[in-house]
Amino acid sequence: MAILQERDRQAVRKEFERLTGPVKLVVFSQALAAADLCQQNEELVREVADLTDGRVAVEVLNLAIDRDRAEAYGVDQVPAIVVEGARDLGIRFYGIPSGYEFSNLIDSIILVSTGEPALSEETRASLETLAEPVDIKVFSTPT
Amino acid sequence: MRLAQHMAAASDKVSATAIEATEFPELSRTYRVMAVPKVVMNDRVQFEGALPEKEFLAAVLKAAGPAS
Repeated sequence: MAILQERDRQAVRKEFERLTGPVKLVVFSQALAAADLCQQNEELVREVADLTDGRVAVEVLNLAIDRDRAEAYGVDQVPAIVVEGARDLGIRFYGIPSGYEFSNLIDSIILVSTGEPALSEETRASLETLAEPVDIKVFSTPT
Repeated sequence: MRLAQHMAAASDKVSATAIEATEFPELSRTYRVMAVPKVVMNDRVQFEGALPEKEFLAAVLKAAGPAS
């Protein structure tokens, strides 16, 4: 049974009209660690990619087998999604993105595709001055 | 997560990970997640709730700054 309802599909499809550049969703799963969650996550990602007329590619990797790739992406949990544009911008989702995080997943796909962050000029200028890397973790719950 | 991911897209130095707290109880315990959204930056700066862009940026700059 599909995860997304028809109403959601239509709304997401409309959002995806803004896609410009290529997007790849790299999904990390591991049946032994969290089989059901990983399966649901894969299903959700495929349903989302199906709404893009082939403009968003999906690659499913196994955290235990594809260790080099996991390490390169800095992924150490499942289920995980790496949202990658023409290059990796460092955007990850741990856990099935539902509720508000689902909106953020859709937003991140458009973001990496267009490469146009919705930030003020001041913010962008300040970010250019960063001397050290900043890793941001945002914990949320489904709403 | 929205501001975090837009900042990640704007700067190669910023990365953003959304974590579903109930699916990762160990991580949630490690970072003492009592309310959501909870934001942790470089394991040094943390806050609960959503912040406007300017304040969120200030937190990012603080997280990148020299250790106090």
